[in-house]
Amino acid sequence: MSCNLDIVLAGFGGQGVLFAGKLIAYAGLLEGREVSWLPSYGPEMRGGTANCSVCLSDDPIGSPLVTSPNALVAMNQPSLDKFEGSVVEGGVAVVDSTLVQRVPEIPGVRMRALPATAMAEEAGFKKLANIILAGKLYAETSFCEEETLWKAMEKCVPARKAAMLEMNKQALKLGMEA
Amino acid sequence: MKGNEALAEAALRAGCRFFFGYPITPQTELAAYMSKRMPKVGGTYLQAESEVAAINMVYGAAAAGARVMTSSSSPGISLKGEGISYMAGADLPGVIINVQRGGPGLGGIQPSQADYWQATRALGHGDFHVVVYAPSTVQEMADYAYGAFDVADKYRTPVMILADGMLGQMMEPVELPDPLDPADLPEKPWATSGHGHARAHNVVNSLYLTADALERLNVERYERYARIERDEQRAETFMTDDADIVAVAFGASARVARSAVVAAREQGIKAGLVRPITLWPFPVDAIEATVPSAKAYLSVEMSMGQMVDDVRLAVAGRRPVDFYGRTGGVIPTPAEVLGKLATMNEDLAKGGE
Repeated sequence: MSCNLDIVLAGFGGQGVLFAGKLIAYAGLLEGREVSWLPSYGPEMRGGTANCSVCLSDDPIGSPLVTSPNALVAMNQPSLDKFEGSVVEGGVAVVDSTLVQRVPEIPGVRMRALPATAMAEEAGFKKLANIILAGKLYAETSFCEEETLWKAMEKCVPARKAAMLEMNKQALKLGMEA
Repeated sequence: MKGNEALAEAALRAGCRFFFGYPITPQTELAAYMSKRMPKVGGTYLQAESEVAAINMVYGAAAAGARVMTSSSSPGISLKGEGISYMAGADLPGVIINVQRGGPGLGGIQPSQADYWQATRALGHGDFHVVVYAPSTVQEMADYAYGAFDVADKYRTPVMILADGMLGQMMEPVELPDPLDPADLPEKPWATSGHGHARAHNVVNSLYLTADALERLNVERYERYARIERDEQRAETFMTDDADIVAVAFGASARVARSAVVAAREQGIKAGLVRPITLWPFPVDAIEATVPSAKAYLSVEMSMGQMVDDVRLAVAGRRPVDFYGRTGGVIPTPAEVLGKLATMNEDLAKGGE
């Protein structure tokens, strides 16, 4: 299925929101769709809040800066606080409940909270909470064919890092099934 | 691929083998990419001690006949202005990238289009222009960076790519042009590349102490500029055929304006878009073609209003020209531009009663 998605992924610098966004953008690219990926590149890259905008569309993309997302991935409380009000009706929010204490109800928005950071640590792949959340977002939105998603992961993690690739795939699966 | 990387890779494929730069956000990926790739294609990547040094290295490599590029962001371009004026005065081709950020002064690091006047009017002192391209997608970053070297060589002029932080930082799919071998490029008989006792010395210089000679040179250069104005204007038009309100926007703000035009059409507002791709020469022909049917114009920019001057000059008082912009690194939203279009549309309806 293909639907037009305007996604915001947000978290602390270093949590991998840019990488998770890249994975989604690559999946769109492999299916020949219009895609854009725009990172924040301010001082937040040095440890504050980082975010990126990803658009998947069947039409040419206007502004790549997403101000009214229909999908939000929030990896910490400040990010959720900042973006929760911008999610449009009918949209979905995927949040990491290990780091987000207050999971709000947003009218008209599907809220999916999962303890991604705790799940990642328990499974032995620290720092892959981003990929678990991307997996959950996939389960909620089916933004591409499943086969494409695995191929996109292979594009994003270099082949010489085989162990890393395997872990990323497991994390993705964990999120998809959560 | 990021826009900054597309600029770099396209330049390499156009046969650029010399890059001189100095780091600045938000163009850093361009220099980083060049530092990795340039040595592998046998070229020279050099991080200069300053922007002033970098542009003079560009002058030197261009004088020797090489395809050469430098890149920076707004404050750095101001520093390069002197060298660009010298290049223009010596009729040297070269490509200069400006990935704009908010100003004036050190300003900020978020995207901006507030260097429009600088790029099209006064990059440095003296009577001169540079050709200015304004890409609005990562694909166009590659295409126009590649083509810029041909235009620079053809007219012996510096060429600028005027991008911004959004286009530099964003990733989009891109198809890269075929690589050229610098050895296959046309000879530059004027270059100071060694005479081998086979011809007279070539001289590259911008100092002329005889007023008559300098005037003659400037007049000749302006004849070349007239050819550029005639042959090199580029623009894209979108839904302008029956448009009451024609938005004019370039680069990143053109993407926003296009979204606003699509949304306006859904509301029954007859809007269209002229997107200048060359900022100098300004695409007056594309604007002129819309004047008979348009009722009003709206310049949309990420500045306090600069290109709007050129729209007014092209429209020449025949239609009202309005402006909408955000500045300082703030990016306008399609909803804001749509709101402006709707207000203008209401005013037009009132005026028609």
